[in-house]
Amino acid sequence: MKRRDFLRYTIPTVMIPSLVNGLSLKAIGSLPAMDAWVAGMDVDHVLVLVQLNGGNDGLNTVIPLEFYESYRAARTNIAIPENRVLPLRGHGETGIHPAMTGLQQLFNDEKLAIVQAVGYPRPDFSHFRATDIWLTGADPNQVLPTGWAGRYLNAQYPHFPEDYPNSRMPDPLAIQVGSIVSPALQGPALTMGMAISNPDSFYKLIDGDGTNGATATTRAGEQIAYIREMAVKTDQYAGVIKKAAQRVICQSEKYPSPGKNPLADQLKIVARLIAGGLKTKIYVTNLGGFDTHARQTEANDTTTGNHAKLLARLSEAIGIFMEDLQGLDAGDRVIGMTFSEFGRRIKSNASGGTDHGAAAPVFLFGNRVRPGVIGQNPALPVNASVNDNIGMQYDFRSLYAGILQNWFQVPGSEADSLLMKGYPALPLIRG
Amino acid sequence: MNRTNFFVNGLSVSSGLKVYRGPWKTGQVSFLLKRTLFGASGEDVAWFQAKSLKKAVRELIYTEYPLPPPPVNGYNDDKYTDEEVPAGQTWTTSLTYNGMNNARRKNSFKSWWFGLMLNQDRSIREKMVLFWHNHFVTETNTVDNALFCYQYNDLLRRHALGNFREMVKEVTLSPAMLRYLNGYANTKKAPDENYGRELQELFTIGKGPGSRYTEADVKAAAKVLTGYTIDYKNFSSGFDPGRHDESDKQFSPFYGSRLIRGRKGKDGAMELDDLLDMLFSNEELSLFICRKIYRFFVYHAIDETTEKNVIVPLAAVFRKKNYEIRPVLETLFRSRHFFDPKNYGGMIKSPVDFTVGLCREFRVVFPDSTDYADQYNLWEQLRNQASSLQQNIGDPPNVAGWQAYYQEPEFDKLWISSDTLPRRNLFTDRMINNGFSRNGKKVSIDLLSFVSGLSHPEDPDALIRESVACLYQLALSDEACRFIKTSILLSGLVGMSADHYWTNAWLAYRDNPDDKANRNIVTVKLKALYKYLMDLPEYQLM
Repeated sequence: MKRRDFLRYTIPTVMIPSLVNGLSLKAIGSLPAMDAWVAGMDVDHVLVLVQLNGGNDGLNTVIPLEFYESYRAARTNIAIPENRVLPLRGHGETGIHPAMTGLQQLFNDEKLAIVQAVGYPRPDFSHFRATDIWLTGADPNQVLPTGWAGRYLNAQYPHFPEDYPNSRMPDPLAIQVGSIVSPALQGPALTMGMAISNPDSFYKLIDGDGTNGATATTRAGEQIAYIREMAVKTDQYAGVIKKAAQRVICQSEKYPSPGKNPLADQLKIVARLIAGGLKTKIYVTNLGGFDTHARQTEANDTTTGNHAKLLARLSEAIGIFMEDLQGLDAGDRVIGMTFSEFGRRIKSNASGGTDHGAAAPVFLFGNRVRPGVIGQNPALPVNASVNDNIGMQYDFRSLYAGILQNWFQVPGSEADSLLMKGYPALPLIRG
Repeated sequence: MNRTNFFVNGLSVSSGLKVYRGPWKTGQVSFLLKRTLFGASGEDVAWFQAKSLKKAVRELIYTEYPLPPPPVNGYNDDKYTDEEVPAGQTWTTSLTYNGMNNARRKNSFKSWWFGLMLNQDRSIREKMVLFWHNHFVTETNTVDNALFCYQYNDLLRRHALGNFREMVKEVTLSPAMLRYLNGYANTKKAPDENYGRELQELFTIGKGPGSRYTEADVKAAAKVLTGYTIDYKNFSSGFDPGRHDESDKQFSPFYGSRLIRGRKGKDGAMELDDLLDMLFSNEELSLFICRKIYRFFVYHAIDETTEKNVIVPLAAVFRKKNYEIRPVLETLFRSRHFFDPKNYGGMIKSPVDFTVGLCREFRVVFPDSTDYADQYNLWEQLRNQASSLQQNIGDPPNVAGWQAYYQEPEFDKLWISSDTLPRRNLFTDRMINNGFSRNGKKVSIDLLSFVSGLSHPEDPDALIRESVACLYQLALSDEACRFIKTSILLSGLVGMSADHYWTNAWLAYRDNPDDKANRNIVTVKLKALYKYLMDLPEYQLM
């Protein structure tokens, strides 16, 4: 949709007099507010999405101390011992997994929000379908060809890619750290994001001599070496990315050595690009391995094992990333959000794991995030059965609405139309 | 790194023209077809694999297919109606031209030709038409008459697999060439050397290391070629003895100091045969044509080894067979040299190979001839894609043809630039997504149908392996395949049991194809998979 059409089709709806957040919709539709939306282009806010692929076990991530007995009873073989759960300052009823010391620190420093039980009505238990729902912002019975963030970028930056880069937006609209650009960034015709294929190729771009390891000992190998070289060179954004990265000479020394924590590797690049001055609005990163059907904990110590390792990586990566941004003086420009296609079942299975479930907590991090716990601990049945799932408290699109409206300054009616429906915007950002 | 660094040594292929007797498997068949047809579709690979290599090559080269029906009026619209030609009827019988109908008909001609490539028979003929178009170049913009251009294209097709000497003669006498290289303006009073020069430099003798014809030879040839005319009423060519230079023409020692005696009156036209006798008695001609064939079909660079082991003996075949084209092609395409593994994937697809090959390999369906207006329009849209990738059929950049076939040392690397590489990726993405459409008729890749035709689409490893084998001439590393499987088909899910997520998704779709959610899950994944594969450099090669 062209920007002009977008405005034309949406303005009439905002002429209906009613109140949202104390503001007349008519007022939003009047010129100053529309200018603000257009000027939203120049707001230097950045969103970092951290997708946890596989379906993160929310109940072992954010533990309802308030209902500890029901929790332990539902998952005796994997429950975290009560005295090992990390407490959250001012929230005795809730704690987090002992591997997440970094996130505990952020919470206590008032830079972390936990939104309880995020999901959607009639949850889907297929990885693929549920992932599509989260990335596109669709209802379970609806198939959307575009991503929620892609629709936002398409409206904010009309005529992409023909008119880009330009002086107002000289940089990629969105960057996927990874080879495959997330469907969340899919626009009406094209993806709105560019991929930095992996940290390795990123560092070759920044520091490299242009060689790429292709063997030029066959006729085909020699041609491929040439095409790869051309692909790097011709990427219209390669130059700006390289320049931004080269502006940042020093980053936090706490990052683990490359390869040890893939999310930390990705976020280190994101911090460097943000601090280097890229105007890019959205970064997408991924951490895989959350499909923990079996042996998610060690049997003799449920605070260790696969899930603990994953949460440790998540917590470590975000903690260092935030500290790094602070040191690079970019902390106030950035918020991040973790999400997973679904949570897992309340009751654990016999193989020491958990099966596909429904709602789960979401973390938001950043100096400007409104800190604390949003929502209640999920109420757990006293004798949970295999079919019991955590019910939704917040529709995930209410989080998107909150980010669009309060972080990217998209007027409410426009946010509604980007999300296909009106969702109350969760107050995720400090006033 | 600049382009010339890629012009490295050590890529030599030493095998020669002895008959290849190695494996005849999918890899070999697909390689032969990608080079001799446009793309290698699964059906064609199976068809030829069931035969011996010898029979396959002979079928591609010797089968006689009828000539295609001529282009039709599919161009009437609300702005213009061709009063001479009813819609759906051929315009090639109309001899009335004006600016409007000429523009529409020229366009129609080029789209029709693109359609012939898309719908080619199991024959090398259409590839040879493109080869000869790049060799005996004319430009539609310069010739500027649709009928002349159609006639010329028909000439190339009729002679594409015939006798080269007859072809040179026909080309020389064709109105399109007389117009393009000013042969019609070459008279005894005001000789125009244009055709006399290009006939030697570009069409027959070339500028290879053994070529030593002189400027005097250019002038002498131009005199031989004086007197030809274009009959604009009947759209044919003629000969006007009054404009012919009847003097004797002396050639240099390179041509054995041949003297072509001037002929009087109508006999002046026979001097062309004398000139051809002279050109065809020079071995340089056969070497030049064989090098050109080699560059178009095998590899851009010809080193000393290839010259000695391939070009020289192939040129000997050409001469021995009295300049018949088929024996040369048969010898080359059955040779050990052609099937040397070093050659697989060694050529960058031309834009026509890229666009037409994609449509044929994915069996993209176009409207049929009953819906000629949409059919021609959609052919045109695809043709425009090839143009924007820098190969505008009917209008090569100059009389030497596309630079990719002659410009040292880059050659086919010139197809890939900072502009065209992203365009190639956009084109494949678009064909996978919405494709091109007109009046509700859509041409695009139907991935569900394509993948359903593979042997084990439910097995993510087999799916990737087979897709790679369909799209590339090269294998991908196990590591790359694993990466693609995990990051695309399995959405980042890892672990021993993760494969079944794809398997379940595919089987759910297969068992219940009308379920929108199932269909969407596999469609999204397959689109991502094929976009990724078709963006990799490997897909640019053939």
